[in-house]
Formats: sequence, structure tokens, C-alpha cells
Amino acid sequence: MVEKGIGAAVPRKEDHRFITGRGRYTDDINLPGQTHAVFVRSPHAHARIRSIAKEGALAVPGVIAVFTGADAQADGLGGLICGWMVKSKDGSDMKAAPHPVLAVDRVRYVGDPVAVVIAETLQQARDGAEALEIDYEELPAVAAVDAAHDGPLVHDEVPNNLIYDWELGDAAAVDEAFARAARVVTQEHIQNRLVPNALEPRAAIGVYDTGTEEFTLYLTSQNPHVHRLVMSAFVAVAPEHKLRVVAPDVGGGFGSKIFIYNEECVVTWASRKIGGRPVKWREERSEAFLCDAHGRDHVTKAELALDEDGNFLALRVTTKANLGAYMSTFSSAVPTYLYATLLAGQYKTPAIHANVKAYYTNTTPVDAYRGAGRPEASFLLETLIDKAARELGMDPAELRRKNFIPKDAFPYQTPVALTYDTGDYEATLDRALELADYEGFPARKAEAAKRGKLRGIGLSCYIEACGIAPSQVAISLGAGVGLWESARIRCTHTGKVQVLTGAHSHGQGHETTFSQLVAERLGVPYEDVEVIHGDTASTPIGMGTYGSRSLAVGGEAIMKACDKIIAKGAKIAAHLLEASEADIEFEAGVYRVKGTDKQKTIQEVIFTAYVPASYPEGVEPGMDESAFFDPPNFTYPAGTYVCEVEVDPDTGTVAIEKFVAVDDFGRVINPMVVEGQVHGGLAQGIGQALLEGAVYDETGQLLTGSYMDYCMPRADDLPSFEVHTSPGTPTATNSMGVKGCGEAGAIGAPAAVINALTDAIGQRVEMPATPERIWRAVRASAMPQAAE
Amino acid sequence: MYNFTYHRPRTLAEVAQLLSANEDAKLLAGGQTFIPTLKQRLAQPSDLVDLSGIAELKGIREEGGGLTIGATTTHAEVAGSELVRRLLPALADLAESIGDPQVRNLGTLGGSISNNDPAADYPAGLVGLGATVRTSKREIGAEDFFTGMFETALEEDEIVTAVHFPKPEKAAYAKFPNPASRYAIVGVFVARTGGGVRVAVTGAAPCVFRATELENALAADFSPAALDGVSVPADGLNEDIHASAEYRAHLVKVMAKRAVAAAG
Repeated sequence: MVEKGIGAAVPRKEDHRFITGRGRYTDDINLPGQTHAVFVRSPHAHARIRSIAKEGALAVPGVIAVFTGADAQADGLGGLICGWMVKSKDGSDMKAAPHPVLAVDRVRYVGDPVAVVIAETLQQARDGAEALEIDYEELPAVAAVDAAHDGPLVHDEVPNNLIYDWELGDAAAVDEAFARAARVVTQEHIQNRLVPNALEPRAAIGVYDTGTEEFTLYLTSQNPHVHRLVMSAFVAVAPEHKLRVVAPDVGGGFGSKIFIYNEECVVTWASRKIGGRPVKWREERSEAFLCDAHGRDHVTKAELALDEDGNFLALRVTTKANLGAYMSTFSSAVPTYLYATLLAGQYKTPAIHANVKAYYTNTTPVDAYRGAGRPEASFLLETLIDKAARELGMDPAELRRKNFIPKDAFPYQTPVALTYDTGDYEATLDRALELADYEGFPARKAEAAKRGKLRGIGLSCYIEACGIAPSQVAISLGAGVGLWESARIRCTHTGKVQVLTGAHSHGQGHETTFSQLVAERLGVPYEDVEVIHGDTASTPIGMGTYGSRSLAVGGEAIMKACDKIIAKGAKIAAHLLEASEADIEFEAGVYRVKGTDKQKTIQEVIFTAYVPASYPEGVEPGMDESAFFDPPNFTYPAGTYVCEVEVDPDTGTVAIEKFVAVDDFGRVINPMVVEGQVHGGLAQGIGQALLEGAVYDETGQLLTGSYMDYCMPRADDLPSFEVHTSPGTPTATNSMGVKGCGEAGAIGAPAAVINALTDAIGQRVEMPATPERIWRAVRASAMPQAAE
Repeated sequence: MYNFTYHRPRTLAEVAQLLSANEDAKLLAGGQTFIPTLKQRLAQPSDLVDLSGIAELKGIREEGGGLTIGATTTHAEVAGSELVRRLLPALADLAESIGDPQVRNLGTLGGSISNNDPAADYPAGLVGLGATVRTSKREIGAEDFFTGMFETALEEDEIVTAVHFPKPEKAAYAKFPNPASRYAIVGVFVARTGGGVRVAVTGAAPCVFRATELENALAADFSPAALDGVSVPADGLNEDIHASAEYRAHLVKVMAKRAVAAAG
């Protein structure tokens, strides 16, 4: 193995600058002549804008300009788009209503931007925003997805607020299976709405160069090239070749920085309107609560049909998904192609049908948030199976084992469109049960009971799909873009290697992991590799980072580019070594004539490519190769999580006593980075299960608009995790065998926690399982027992 | 934040002068509520009078067997004080349970009680211990000091200078924190004193109050079991997205039992 190559737990090279405060985030950038923008937002969930009077704001000292939706429209700016066309089951297109960058005539959620005030200083911009007079006529609003169908119309052109009524699977086969089922288990549940809460709030600086007529946008983005594409092709801020998007260090995204939002379009456009001075905007945390796309928010009914032996016969799912007031960039795909396609889970259920209705409401737009659709599917299945086990009187682990797709059945075609390539679900289950001492649980439960505590254990055998692929299939299902990734390997005279990637790192540790890949494949020292990402001016066009795709898709593009470098180097080495190219072998950074001690290092070969004193005929100088990779399939990480909790029946407080995660991520490049990713995902999954929940009142006001009311997980809410990544089944979808690990924790954890809690208290409570909900459930469970 | 004129006086006399000269002046102690309020532009004082430079408002000392704590003493200083730990460990525990280290390093006793947040911890400690609030003008008994939600008996130009805590026979504070803010959903301070048992409840209602049902039960038998048959009425208790009135009423009893158990 190469030192610091694949498999080495190399400390992250980016951490030095982050820990020492030398990171460079968008808000750290200050440009000469910079102005400041403040957005004026709707205080109402739904209202008509009767009038906007700019005079007062323009009279405030320091205010340079005020722009409204009418100004943007007059200047030819288009609206924001949803980039995935989902069709209803009757074949009709989804009903995507217009989404102007600044509201025109109507506001549709609290936080909807109505105007931007640009001033010399931030304080003056705030003063100007306060002085802007907007006359609203309040309209009735709808916030809950259950009330959307018969609620006030969010967009007049969308009847019943119904965006689409979509289905997947064979309804007739499901009906037939239910008709002959020995038992049907039914569950209705809520997928709580979550606020993404990246550590770094969103920010943007737009600059227009009046000389070159070029725009530059510094931005908190997970995918700068996608931002550039949408902002040029749809919003018409600038032609694509005249727009440079730079995403410098970005402090977390979790999906929320994938999307193309109003503010970045407006500040870029506004810079030209005010004569080219830079326009800077950085959101407040309270703005982030209102305006960064939220996650989840489903109401679901799920039914599982079983035969008398506990074999799954069919699954029927109906879900209502809340997409908020406008359709965000990928919103349509999340409760459909990233959700219903995962409903087979790890099981050989022969017939599955899902019906998903997506609705507009007067709430913040909802889009992908860590896991995106897959946590919703995994939670549904894993809590429903636990309910079935309780009703059948079976051990939940054994019911799962009985229904697993066996390890010799791969590749396995599910009834919901996906083909799983590899997996060994019993292996991860067995390992997790062993590590969690599942056998010893009854003794721990009895011991807890002596202390007056209710102890429970819960499993979750999740599956996910990473790296949406292949492009052709995704496009045929409505995706507006291809989902390949790109890489360029640029070697320098002195044998150093620059990796330019279309992926983007905002906490994933790409600079480390990608360097390890290159060190391994090219045999150069890890320290000689530099990873460059985030700037459309320097990196090849790429699709960015989300859906745990960076390594499985972006990493493979890097490997392909490395292979091109190696192949070109072989020609040069053959020439230098006076051998036939067929006799050259390459290993660990050295070209060798087979069976001899004649050799050249890759650094010598690279130098020769740039200083071709003696050079093969017909070979171009230079060592600079690009590659694109469009994967043939998703990858399918899977695993088993075991959670053990203890409930204080007097208060309803729950403590997680033990959490074991056994994940099959295929081959692992950097175990330390992977472990960190799993820890973060678990924290977010546990947050969803126990702590986090966005609450709107009936008028559409967000009641959980700050950390006083929205509960983020803290260190003392979490146990010390036991995280294991073996045994693994490498995928054949890429040459590295890697599957992706970024979202697994958030996907698998909620069901494990809720199942443990249900085991402890005897009934499932909705997420977040707050102390009062648990206390009420304990009390309800205790009453019949007391009567016995 | 709007612009204001900042002052850092050295004496209480200077403070009085600044307050009388500037009608819209506001006092700044630790600023743990006030600074966020200013940042959100929810207050627009003309002048900010920072009390941190006034020596006579600081410090912890033994007095009459009890403790006297200066108004600008921070929560961290109370929590870390050997003297408080020895004479009134329940108060040190209470101070240690407030907020997080940043809040405890800046937040002050005087600031907290003058703000009288319904979910703050100190009001329970003052009422539970039967403390006396000393101001620039007079002395006020704790129960008379806290008059309502974010309201106190303080007059416009009156400043808390110190709080005197008598030493109880035994005392303890038990809190059920809001999982998000970690303010008290319910906080119960129980003390057995020469004058009887006092049970003060914060977080549960718009203002700190004494739970007389619990006090009566504990007066007869100062043990957790003495509270088993007692119920706390939910009428008038707070109800919000975090906890219903019914749940709060239940928690008052559970926390009271835990405080009694901790008091020993």
C-alpha cells in the first residue's frame, strides 16, 4: 500500500486552516467599493402586495438603491426553477408555478423576499429596509400539508394546491397480495419538518465588471457550476460564459446550499444595476430559519401485507408531501425518485406501490436535506416492520432476517425500479447484534427496571442509493441535467499534481480523500497533491456535491483522469527507456521495463513531458488530462443500526445509552473521514428522532424560528457512537469499489431510535419524540397495566 | 443595533446622574438578554449605561450567617465561589445550571432578577430562600420584588445593588430544562428554613410563585414521599409548543421531589 493512500486514516489536510481560523468563507471576502444588501421579507404567510413606496428608504443616508420584483421583471430577469419534471399518474406535467426572484403582487410565505435595499454600510441598509413602506392585504393561508387540498390556493393556477399525484409500482399486484394476506399491518405517521442549520449561514457577493462585462458571484454553494447554469439559462442574470461562480470554503450544506435561491441572483444582477460596485449579502440566522429550504414534512399511511409465516407479500404507501410555497431546485424529485424507489429496503417484498401527492402550502420551500427521501423511506419501512414484529410476536431481528434479500441474489431487481448491485444484509445485522450484545438486552432491561427506568432496544436496517445514475435514465425520469462528474489532473514540471474537480467540499474532506486517491493511483507522495474545487473559472464543469456522490462519481472521474496520465506516461517512459510500450509496466509511481531494473519515476516522465529533450514522435507535450464519469448505476450502501435507550417515566426524558452502527460502504478510502461523516449523520438522525421539528401555527407563522425553540442536538444529547464499516461488499459500479457514506447516519438513525423508544414504552410516538409526548405515552401505556 | 451613546460610570452617583439626564437611557449589566434585543433592533435606547465598572456592585461576602452577593457578580463567580459552596451550595448549583459557560461568564445576578424572565433560574432561588433585594433606594423582599412577567417592583431610576440570602437549614434546586433553549420549563427551589418550608417555582407560570400545596405537605414531613398524594393545579400555568400546562404541573411535583431528595 502507498503511504497515505487508500485505506489510511490520514488526518484531514483542510483542518489546519479551519482550526486556526484561516478558512476563507464568503463572508470573509471584502471587495473594494463593496456595498451591502438587506432583503425586505414578507411578515405574512400569504398576502397581496397593494403597494411599495420606495421614497422613505431611498431618503435614508447611505442608501444607494432599492429594487423590487417589478424592477427585476422590467429588466428581464426570469424566475427560479425546479429542475426535475415529475409527471402525475395521469401523464400530466407537475404544476410548477412561477417563482420570481423578488415577489410580485403576492407573497406566499413568511420570509418571501419582496425588495432589496443596497447601502454603503450594513447598518444603513437595515435602516433603509425599515423605512421601506409596503402595504399588504393579508390573505388566508395554509401551512399543514393535511389541510392543503381544501385550503386557500397558494397559486391561483394550481387547483387544490396539488403539484402532482404520482405513483410508482404495480397497484394491481399489490391489491392482489393484500387480498390473500394472512395479516395486514398499518401505520400512519408524520415525517417531521426539519431546518437544515448549516454552521455557516448563506452569503453571496455579486460583482459586475463594467470593463469586461463579466459577473463574478462569491457564494455559499455546494455546486457552483449548477448555480451558473441555472442563473444564466433560466434567471438570465448573465450569459453563462460571462458569469463566474466561486464557492470558497463553505461551512456545511446538508443539501440547503444545493439550491439556487433568490438572493444570489438579485445581488449579482444588482451589482450591474448600481454600476458595478460589489453587492454583499449575508443572512442572519433568523433569516436562515425562514429562507433556507427545509427538509422532510410528509404525512404517510403505510400498509404491509404478510403471510402466516411472516413473509412480506406487499407494501402499499400513500404519502402527502409538503413542498412549501414555491418549488425549490430539486424539490419534486425528493418525495418521488429519492423516496418511493427505496421502499423495498433490504427486503424481497415482491409487490410495492406508492402514491405521492405533493402540495403547495404557505411555508418555506422544502427540498433535499441530508438523506433526501431516503430517510423518509427507511423510517417508514423500519418502524412498520417493528410494528409487524410486535403484532406477530416475533423478534424484530428475525422478522427482518426472514425477509432479507439473500446475499446470493445480487444483482437484485426491486419492484420499485432500482437494481441493487451488491450487499450482504445478514452480515451487517449479525455484526451489529453482536456488538450491541442484543442477547444480553433482557438483563439490562431488568436492571433498569429496578432503578425505575424503562429500557428499550431498536433496530434499523437501512438502505440508501448514492450518486444518482445513470444520466440517461435520470433524464428519462425528468432530471433536467446529467449527473456525471468531471476531473482534470494537471501535473507540473516538478512532478506535483493538481486535481481540479467538479465536486465541491463543504465539510466532506475532499482535499484529503481525493489526494489519497491520486497518491494511490499515480504513486506520488500524498503531500505532492493539491485539490482545487469551487471556482467555475478554474475547475471543469461539474455537477457538485450532494447525495453522497462525490467519491463514487467524482472520485471515479479522478481515477479515470489518472489512468490517462499513466497511459501517456507509458509512451514517454518507453521512449526514454528504449523499450516497447508493451514492455512497460507501472507500479507505485515507477515505470519499469518488465523483467529488468531499467526504470523511470513518474516525476522524471512528467518532467520530460514538459521539457521534451528526447521525446516520442506523435505524442503531445504536457501532462494534463481530463475525464468525465457517468456511472452505470447508483451505489447502495446499507447497514444495521442498533440503538438502546432508557426512559425516565416520571418526566418522559430519554437517554441514548448505546448506539451501534455497522455500515457497508464498500471499500473505505479514509476510515477517519468516514467515521466523522457517520457521526455527523447519526447526530442529525437522532436530532430528527428526538429533538428537531419545525412548527408552524395555523396562520403560517414559524414558531420555531430560533435556537430558543428549535432544538439542535448538543454533544450531551448523544452517546459515544460505536461505528464499524466492515464487513463490506465493494461495488462494481466504480473501479474503487466505494459506495458513499455522507447520508447513511441521517437515513438509518431515526427508525433505530424510535424503535428503541417504542420498545421501552410500548407505543410509538411521533417525531420529534419530545419528553411531553413520551410522558403522555408512558402514562397511556401504564393505565391498562395498572388495571390488570 | 441602533446607535446609542455608551457610558461606563464608576459610581452609583454617576449612574443616577446619567439616568436623570437621559430619559431613554438603559442599564447594561451582563447583557445576556439585552444585547440580543439590541442586535435585533427591538430596543432603541439613547444611552447605554454599563454597570461593569462600578466596584461597589461586585463581590460575595458573608453577612449575618448568610450571603450577600453584589448585583454585577456573574453566575460563574457565584458557581465557583468557595464561600457560596460552603454556606449555600444549592445557590452555587443553581448558578452553575444557568445557560452555558459563555452566559455564566457574562450574565449577572442583578441583571437576571431585574429582567425577571419567567423561565430564569435566580427568581426561584431568591423566593425559595426568602432573600432580600437591596437597591439604590431600599430593601425589597423577594416575593414583593418579582411582580409579573418581565416585571419587578423596581422604579425607573432604581438599581439593584445586591441580594442578601439567609442561610437555610437545607435547600436544593431541581430544573427540567427546555431541550432547545435550556431555560427552565420548570425549576423548583426547595428550602427548609427556621421560618418553615419554602417551595419556589420558576418556568411554569408567568412569574415565579410559591407552591403552597407542596410547602404544606413538606412542612409536616420534609421527604419526597410526603408529596406523593399532593397535586399541583395546572390553572394559570404556561402552555406553549414545548410543554402543556398539565405537563408543567406534573413536572413541578417531580422536580420538587427531586429537590427535596437532593436537599437530604
